[in-house]
Amino acid sequence: MAINKESNGYVIGFSIVMVVVVGAILAGVAMALQPAQKANVRNEKMQNILQATGMELDRDEASDKFKKHVSKRLILDYYGNVLEGSEMTSEDEIKDGNEKDAFNVDMLKEFKTIKNPKDRNYPLFVVDYKDKTYYVAPVQGQGLWAAVWGYIALEEDGVTIAGAVFDHKSETPGLGAEIAQKWFQEPFIGKKIAENGEYTGISVIKPGPQLDEHSVDGISGGTFTSVGVDEMIKRTMVVYFNYLSSSELTQN
Amino acid sequence: MSTETVEKEKEPLFSKKNKALITDPLSDNNPITIQVLGICSALAVTVKMNNALVMSLSVLAVLILGNLVVSLMRNVIPGRIRIIVQLVVVASLVIIVDQVLKAYVYDVSKQLSVFVGLIITNCIIMGRLEAFALGNKPWPSILDGIGNGLGYGLLLVVIAFFKELFGSGTLMGIEIFGSNGAEPTGLYAIGYENDGLMLLPPSSLVIVGIYIWIQRSRKKHLIETH
Repeated sequence: MAINKESNGYVIGFSIVMVVVVGAILAGVAMALQPAQKANVRNEKMQNILQATGMELDRDEASDKFKKHVSKRLILDYYGNVLEGSEMTSEDEIKDGNEKDAFNVDMLKEFKTIKNPKDRNYPLFVVDYKDKTYYVAPVQGQGLWAAVWGYIALEEDGVTIAGAVFDHKSETPGLGAEIAQKWFQEPFIGKKIAENGEYTGISVIKPGPQLDEHSVDGISGGTFTSVGVDEMIKRTMVVYFNYLSSSELTQN
Repeated sequence: MSTETVEKEKEPLFSKKNKALITDPLSDNNPITIQVLGICSALAVTVKMNNALVMSLSVLAVLILGNLVVSLMRNVIPGRIRIIVQLVVVASLVIIVDQVLKAYVYDVSKQLSVFVGLIITNCIIMGRLEAFALGNKPWPSILDGIGNGLGYGLLLVVIAFFKELFGSGTLMGIEIFGSNGAEPTGLYAIGYENDGLMLLPPSSLVIVGIYIWIQRSRKKHLIETH
């Protein structure tokens, strides 16, 4: 065959064929793997919500346990009003794209796009586990390099922290990234976000000073990440405190 | 092509020359310590052995498949746009690897984060495509990919071994020096502390440096004379 490989026609033709073939392959792979990827993200979120209450579970079983233990989920506005139609029980399936479902609230997206915290949505998950009721609230903030987030479980009194999990996108390993470790998360247990009905939040302070029941040790060398955790808890938990201290959920 | 003209007989699959394609990059022609390619990921994803292993496997897969694809297409790729073609091949393979990791080993893919995507810029891959696959038949190209991928993986695992051991006191997540929790046990009980510097990229550079030093003092012919 006498095709001139260096002619413009050949080069253009080759490029077109290559792009079409590569595009088709990538599109096919992405479509084939998408269900598995989505399930991973979803199961991880369920796992984190349940882990906040102290439950130990694998990601594979998260979906079943979520259905079993999360008796109720709802969305609040900043002032503690329940968003109309957002109250759901474990009977309601989680449907993709249902904006009224607390599970589908994209905290990271809202944190980035809605500048005023008063305009954001605040999902709340009511978890029944070992004869106790927990209120699990997601928090979302900014670490040193990128996003940090977590789930905080409150006891039935709506004030005492029953457990907390934190994770991060790309904090420094060994420093800020330690927020995802147990030694950082465990001291939150038993701390209180209010005193005598006044909201205090939780302070993440530099190691050293005496701790009270509203503060935990931060990470030496991970100051910005600690500050980010401190800020996201203080900013977010006030909403849940106001709601839980006035709502009928905690009254009966 | 020289190989075809000299030997009309079919070359055995693992001839001496083909074996050298695999063994050379492990020591005398190691992509990291001798060619000094692919350094950036060697510095960054070696905090844990697990991550280093998955990263090595990913690079190995991309390298083998990339070499194979480019070698198969070597006679139809127009010379003027060959770099672009190589880039497209590598980029697509990396995206596929990234997607597969996200679907099947989600935890690891989260920890490797951007570095999977950055395999595209790993100089080893483009280097092997341009220097080897473009001028060789598919089978030697596959072997060359295996060799260089393993050579890269070897270094990554060696670096990660020291970084994880002295930085976190663990290997593959298993506690070696005892537990460093609220009640320290093992070495921690007598005052041992993990070395935080070992978790950061500069320590990899030191380890690579020491590796190169040992390698060249054992094999004098590797020392550059000029």
